Amino acid sequence: MDKNNQATHLKKEILVKTIKAFLSDNFEENTRLIPFEMRPKGHEVPYRCCIYKEREILRNRIIATLGFPIEGSDERVLLSNYAKEAQKREKPDEQTLTVLESACKGCVPNRIFVTDLCQGCVARPCIENCKFGAISIVNGKSQIDSSKCKNCTKCIQVCPYHAIVKIVVPCENACPVDAISKDEQGHARIDFEKCITCGKCVSSCPFGAIHEKSQIIDILTRIKQGKKVVAMIAPSIVGQLPCTIYQLKTALLKCGFYDVLEVAQGADVTALNEAEEFRERIENGQKFMTTSCCAGYNNLVDKHLGEIAPFRSETKTPAYYIAQICKEKYPDAISVFISPCVAKKSEALKNDNIDYVMNYEELGALFVAHKIELSELEGTQYEVEPSREGRNFGITGGVAKSVEAADNGKSEIKPYLVNGINKESIRALKGFAKKGECEFGNLIEVMCCEGGCVGGNDCISNVRTATKAINEFTKDSKPIV
Amino acid sequence: MKKTVVKICMGTTCFVMGASELQELEEIIPKKFGNSVDIQGVTCLDYCSSCSEAQAPYVLVDDEVINKATIEKVMEAIERKLNNGQE
Ligand code: SF4
Ligand code: SF4
Ligand code: FES
Repeated sequence: MDKNNQATHLKKEILVKTIKAFLSDNFEENTRLIPFEMRPKGHEVPYRCCIYKEREILRNRIIATLGFPIEGSDERVLLSNYAKEAQKREKPDEQTLTVLESACKGCVPNRIFVTDLCQGCVARPCIENCKFGAISIVNGKSQIDSSKCKNCTKCIQVCPYHAIVKIVVPCENACPVDAISKDEQGHARIDFEKCITCGKCVSSCPFGAIHEKSQIIDILTRIKQGKKVVAMIAPSIVGQLPCTIYQLKTALLKCGFYDVLEVAQGADVTALNEAEEFRERIENGQKFMTTSCCAGYNNLVDKHLGEIAPFRSETKTPAYYIAQICKEKYPDAISVFISPCVAKKSEALKNDNIDYVMNYEELGALFVAHKIELSELEGTQYEVEPSREGRNFGITGGVAKSVEAADNGKSEIKPYLVNGINKESIRALKGFAKKGECEFGNLIEVMCCEGGCVGGNDCISNVRTATKAINEFTKDSKPIV
Repeated sequence: MKKTVVKICMGTTCFVMGASELQELEEIIPKKFGNSVDIQGVTCLDYCSSCSEAQAPYVLVDDEVINKATIEKVMEAIERKLNNGQE
């Protein structure tokens, strides 16, 4: 699906409106009014059956934007109350995703379906080829008995009219670890024991039914309380907004952040450590090592791919190092990781040095709500200028290249890129772990999202333009060694 | 012949609400229309303050304002302009 579709537009619009409400003099009441403002009396009903349903769905989306789960939310509680509670919250919720049931209903479950193209032909190869006896002719057309159908797709292959199709549930189809599925009521449910927080279901759902629980109100509340809130901007931010990272720093300071650090500085530490670790492992006879900077991949290893854990680098992520640097510099700081994906929220929950995560969409919405014209700002310098390699961490191949550069010719590195986690790449990784070697290379870079972090579920720009912008920006940065 | 001028708003609101995607037009338009269309990325056109982010991104094709602009909508407007000019 395209990055900028109606569903993401709607989510961003709600973010802007919620932040505007926060910045207004009556957050609670103005939050309550958002659904009425967006769908006033007499407004056309763009998506659902009636205006009340539209407002109800908007209300649910706002609950997620305020950081609460939609499942089990109480219809009787006013949005203003949710807004009030959001400001009192001490810690963000453990689970980062929530499903909007009322939006999800429209999706039909996975199944094999005979379309009107069926001619009820004489040959009837579908009936002939179905091993399970699931197909019969009713009123001159073939029909599938779903209780017998095993989804083998044989009938699809043999129908001369291409009359039979497989209907897929987009979220189920996108999930690489089968963590999401429709329950008996037809609502998608995420099994959090299995979920690796990759965000693929969020981007794939055409109804925009899967929401991140936003931490934006928590962050804005800390700023309002006068805390030292420090932003750490991930390298993939370049190209996501119409400004340089120097203008971005100015904009964040204007919004009340105390300081801004480039995560690329942490990426430099990761690259140097990883290069050293690689040398040690190869000297000790190991045949390959995988990177360890992607939160989605780390979740995959921890939950589903234990066998590859011995091959995964022990080096910490750029987020880890920069958060450490941040807390050493400002021990009383509240640190906010500014992120391309939801996976980093799960990483932050396990790291005491990262207090909150704000994604790119939320960041963009913050500037819109503040009415900041980014391109008109003067730039502000960073105390540390990270390397070109560190700044390239967010694009596929960037991490492997950094490790190579940091190694500086000391060992023979042959990179192999896993550009996106899906069923196929998981199978390949399993194979490498089993054999104890990888025929394609010895340094396996694994990125959960296609294209790298620039393909993260919360990116504003598409992978192509973002990659171009990063290459343009980093070509003049200094080399890592 | 007078050139058709396409102005893509790259202000904060428009960019965040979807103009990031419209950057592709800078490649698509010259390929399709050659020199007959002039394309510019511009700073905030100031529609966002009056009409809100809900209708962003905005694109101007000559004097026609396109809201919730997409690549398809912009291309269609250009084609309409060019065809009218020929009549
Ligand atoms: S894709 Fe999944 S979450 Fe979205 S509507 Fe369909 S079942 Fe629900
Ligand atoms: S976030 Fe990823 S792992 Fe979790 S349910 Fe969605 S697609 Fe599956
Ligand atoms: S940002 Fe486009 S009109 Fe203001």
